[in-house]
Order: sequence, then structure tokens, then C-alpha cells
Amino acid sequence: MIDKRVDDLQAALAGIGPGASIMISGFGNAGIPGNLLHGLSGMGLSGLTMILNAIRRLEESNPVFFAEGQIAHVITTAFRGPGQAPAAFERQWQDGKLTFEIVPQGTFAERIRAGGAGVPAFYTPTAAGTPLAEGREQRDFNDQTCVLETALTADVALLRAEKADRYGNLFFRGTQSNFGAAMATAARLTIVEVEEISDQTLPPAQVHLPGIYVQRVLQAARKD
Amino acid sequence: MATPLTRDQMAWRAAQDLPDGAYVNLGLGMPVLAANYAPGDREIFYHSENGILGVGPVAQGAEIDPELVDAGSQRVTLRDGASVFDSAASFAMIRGGHIDITILGGFQVAGNGDLANWDAKVPNKGPLIGGAMDLAAGAKAVHVIMRHSTRDGGARLVTTCSYPLTAPACVKRVYTDLAVLDVDVGLAGGSFVAREIIPGLSREELTAATGAPLIFAPDCRELVAPELAEGT
Repeated sequence: MIDKRVDDLQAALAGIGPGASIMISGFGNAGIPGNLLHGLSGMGLSGLTMILNAIRRLEESNPVFFAEGQIAHVITTAFRGPGQAPAAFERQWQDGKLTFEIVPQGTFAERIRAGGAGVPAFYTPTAAGTPLAEGREQRDFNDQTCVLETALTADVALLRAEKADRYGNLFFRGTQSNFGAAMATAARLTIVEVEEISDQTLPPAQVHLPGIYVQRVLQAARKD
Repeated sequence: MATPLTRDQMAWRAAQDLPDGAYVNLGLGMPVLAANYAPGDREIFYHSENGILGVGPVAQGAEIDPELVDAGSQRVTLRDGASVFDSAASFAMIRGGHIDITILGGFQVAGNGDLANWDAKVPNKGPLIGGAMDLAAGAKAVHVIMRHSTRDGGARLVTTCSYPLTAPACVKRVYTDLAVLDVDVGLAGGSFVAREIIPGLSREELTAATGAPLIFAPDCRELVAPELAEGT
């Protein structure tokens, strides 16, 4: 029998250790796994690699990640804090305590999708002719210069969805799916918090993400 | 004495060029204001790279859903015929050349169409790319809204961008507070062609404010924008 439901935050996050690479869904305030992030930041881990769209929001919602120096590396499309003064993550980068890789957002999404789809690398015109392409393998297709990009995978993905059933099938609301739908496919352990776990299985045509990609589901009210 | 256009007037002018039936992505800042000013008789689908095709007005009151936001993190509504999807699908839409026009902000545009809009080399601050490189490389047409000059009076329309590029040779049209200009790559090294110029500004003054070769279209006309209340 398959039952991916877990009872509490501790069970949801069990087994995540120091040095883990963690994909985190969310764009703006949509699809943010706020409960899971709160639980993770309280575990006091170190050497984490965070793979997420924008690091700024993580510092605003969970400053303890940075106050305790839990994060060693960030892969992101936006490594900039608000205002003119450096944010904590910008200071840690300047002090050599944290490294980052900056990736165009579409390339970021596609590298994760490729990671989940068994495509080790692909060529894309995005970033050709820019400083990001310097020193990278490039090739022309149809008179267009393209950059070779490699797939991204991770140990863990953290997502938020609206509904799940015990099989781990997910239904997203609004713009909740954003990066999470691809991240779930690219991580070895996908943990999802949902507003509602349905006693009845989701109708097949309402399944936005098949349960094959999901290992654990936790019911939890939305937390910013 | 010429009066430069306001932010909203620049956005208004850019919006007049969005055709009926277009799929359009608006960048953060001035570009997103253009949605307020597109002529009401045109059906335009606004794409938001976080996963919306058919962004509607900003949500009010009971319409507000914290799980439905646009790329600027504004809580929005969906228009009739809209759809939502994940980020990988959204950028496939962009990269695959399905978006008709993107309007982006800019730091610099070169006469050959090079765009620099992501890294102004601010000390102590990290980089932010977001979707700009994908949009600049993937949309069928890239339009830019930016002031004609920097705060210090330096040119933003240049022969070669000094800031890091977002994408090479991508910009077709630039809307500034002084003029509407097209990029003409046919001329050696590229140049700007002024299509419209604000009343009271001489051709010599516009040429002096432009850091790249500038020619005037034979039918170059006055750029007259309506009085508009400033948006947010």
C-alpha cells in the first residue's frame, strides 16, 4: 500500500543532513513551502546548497539560515538584496563564506527540468554573447550562437501545493507550481506541504504533478 | 523649452505600439505600466514569466489570492481566456519564440541593438538576472523603455555598451523621455533612427544627447503624449 502522508514537520524533514543540496519552490509569495523552510532552518544544519529563484526572500522569511551560516552555496537567478546596503548573504559572499552561481531564470528552470527528464545537457541561445557565456562551450545552430548548459539535480526538493492525495498526486492553485513542478522531478527526495490532503484521490485530469515524483506530503496551513 | 515625458507618458507611448491579438511580456518598472495604457479596443494577452498567459488587473478585496501573483509579486487577477503553467513551460514559451513583444527596462542600448539591463556594477551588491536574458534572446521583438540620459547627463544610447550585456543585437525600438527611436543595423556599426521627437527639442539637441550615430526618419514627427496622472 502506498501512503505518502506524514504526520508532522519532523517526519517530513527526517533524514536531511549537513551538506545537502536543496531545491526550494516559490516565486513572489506563491508556492513557497513556508512551513518546511521554517522547520529546516531550525535543524541547525551546515554546508547547505540552496537552489531557488531568488535568495532575498529566504533571508527575509528565515534569517536564521544566514545568522547561523548554514548555507555554503546558492544557485539562483537573483543574488541581490533590497536597497543599497549589502544584505547578510551579500556580506557573507564578500567575506568568502558563501559562494553562488547566477543563472538566467529560463535556463534555471530548464536545467532543473532536464535534470528530472534524464537530459544531461542542452544548448540554449540565452546568455550567448554575454559575460555569462565566457569560457563556456558554445556552438552555432541555425546561425544562432548557443551555450551548453548542464542539468541540475538535488538531494531534496521542498514545494507547496494546494491539494494532495495519499499517492502524492498534486494539484496547484494560481501560480503555485512555478519552479516546484520541475524541482519535484529533479530531486531524490521531494517533500510537499499542502493546504489540504484529500481523502478521495484526485481526479486524474486534475493531477498537475503525478505522485511518482513525490515522496512525502504534509498538511499545513500557508505560512509566509 | 522642451518637457521630457514622464514615466507614465513613456509607458503610454510604448503601449500604443502593441497590436490587437499580441502576446506581450512586460518587464518590471516602467514597462509594466504600459498595461494601463494600451488602447481598450485591442485584445492583448500579457504573459508573466512565473506562469501566466493572460494577466488581468491587480486584485482588489475578495479577489486577492496570495497564491496568484505576477512576476513583480503583485497579487493579480486573470483575464478571460487566461491559463497558468509552471516556470519551465513559461520559459519554453519565451525561448521558443512564441512571445510577440517584450518591453524591457534598460541601462544602455547600443546602435547595433545590444542591450544592457541587468548589472549596473553597484558596489557591494550581487547580480540579478531574473528572466531578462531569456526574454531578450527569445521574444520576437524587444522594445526598451528608458530615460534618454543618465542622472549625470551621460548617454544611454551608445555605440558600445559599457555595462555587461543582457543579449546582443536584440533591441528593435527604444522609447525614451525625448524620442522614439528604431535600431538600424543596416548602417555600419549600427545607428538609431529617430521616428518621433518631443515638441520643443531640436534635432541638434537630440543628437547631442545620443551617444551613437543618429539619423532622422524622413517622416519623423512630434511625440505628443496626453497628460497622465503618475502611476505607481
